[in-house]
Amino acid sequence: MNDPQAPHPQADAIITVTNLVKQFGRFAALRGVTASFPSGRLYGILGDNGAGKTTLLRMLAGLVTPTRGTVTILGSIQPRKICREFGYMAHPSLLYDEMSGMENLRYFARLYGLHDDQRCVEIISAVGLDPTLVRPVGQYSQGMRQRMSLARALLHDPKILLLDEPFSNVDIRSAREMVKLLGHMRDGGKTIFVVTHQASLLDGTASEFIWMDSGQIINRTPDLKFMETA
Amino acid sequence: MSAPPGVTLETLRKDIRLEWRSKDAINSMLFFALLVVVVFSFSFDPNAEESRLIAGGLVWVAFLFAAVVALNQTWARELRNQVLDAYRVSPAPANSLFLAKAMGNFIFVSVLEAVMVPLFVVFYKLRVLGPAWQLVPVTVLGTWAIVVNGTFFAAMSLRTRSREIMLPLLLFPITIPALISTVEATTVILVGDPATSAKFWIVLLATYDVMFTIACLALFETVLHAE
Repeated sequence: MNDPQAPHPQADAIITVTNLVKQFGRFAALRGVTASFPSGRLYGILGDNGAGKTTLLRMLAGLVTPTRGTVTILGSIQPRKICREFGYMAHPSLLYDEMSGMENLRYFARLYGLHDDQRCVEIISAVGLDPTLVRPVGQYSQGMRQRMSLARALLHDPKILLLDEPFSNVDIRSAREMVKLLGHMRDGGKTIFVVTHQASLLDGTASEFIWMDSGQIINRTPDLKFMETA
Repeated sequence: MSAPPGVTLETLRKDIRLEWRSKDAINSMLFFALLVVVVFSFSFDPNAEESRLIAGGLVWVAFLFAAVVALNQTWARELRNQVLDAYRVSPAPANSLFLAKAMGNFIFVSVLEAVMVPLFVVFYKLRVLGPAWQLVPVTVLGTWAIVVNGTFFAAMSLRTRSREIMLPLLLFPITIPALISTVEATTVILVGDPATSAKFWIVLLATYDVMFTIACLALFETVLHAE
């Protein structure tokens, strides 16, 4: 078994976390996570419910402050300073139900200083949705909402993608298309973190699987064989 | 403390669009304020002179209570689908969000006031005896005092379990100086006593608004990014 706490041998780590601890009251969601993640790879973060996957992802996005330890992204320990460099997709859609997909993306594009509607059209098409769809997101199917949520995360062309359960409630064909898209983006140099319970979808696409349990990284493997032995 | 006008206006436009489609805040505010007017009119039967003395208090209490309904809605829609997190991870400044929300609430409460004032005039047989134009700055400044603090404290109570109770508990005490100024100024203008002037109260209101707007803008980023 690999030493899960050891820094990755590759030196060009885009993200380094050191001794990360997160306490929610008396509950420790993360218990001393130390790891480094080289760029241009797709990481599948796996583990049971309560293992600390989402907390780790939210911490990387700067939405949760560590109780102890540091997160260094692109050399900065202040996530606000490099927030243009990452895209975050959460389990909820992070979209306004009363607005159409295009209206949602147009609004979020303005937050990133993007004024070109063409970018919104391209990204909606890239995730396999119709940019001319006028119906509000609240009337989308769960799968469509997930894809629109992915489009929102991709909108500003970030270097790092943090995706929490992107395939949940998505039909298998759409999920495979999403994995294919993520694979292309990884090949294009993006660093992608995917928290998922559907590990098999990432088999062959993920560069590495990060196994978490009880708030710690317990293993890092290139494939899913560890699942059979765990 | 800067807030780029582009992001502020986009967020304001988005909030107006959402309100136009859902009508959550306007409907509940109007219904509530209408109820207050009707109940008060049944509870008291004042003559025209008494009306002028109490109408300032009644109208502003009604607006304050109704505004709380809208203020609670403002942030509730940001919590649905955790949309607020999308703003928090973006490079858009916190103050743009705050200003847009405060301006949006100002517009919604102003719409309410525009609808309710004629009803108050009818129900309480009101006639302004003082300089009526002074009601404009009093209304603008009084409304801003309610919404700027309300928007801030609604954001502060966002993550509390009983936020609908928490907002009035935080907002009402801090709004008392503004409420007293607004009620006094309105009463002075309605009564039209030449010995008194509303100018003192208007200046006091303006000072209150400037101070609290600066304080809210200075503190909002901490509130937005608090866990």
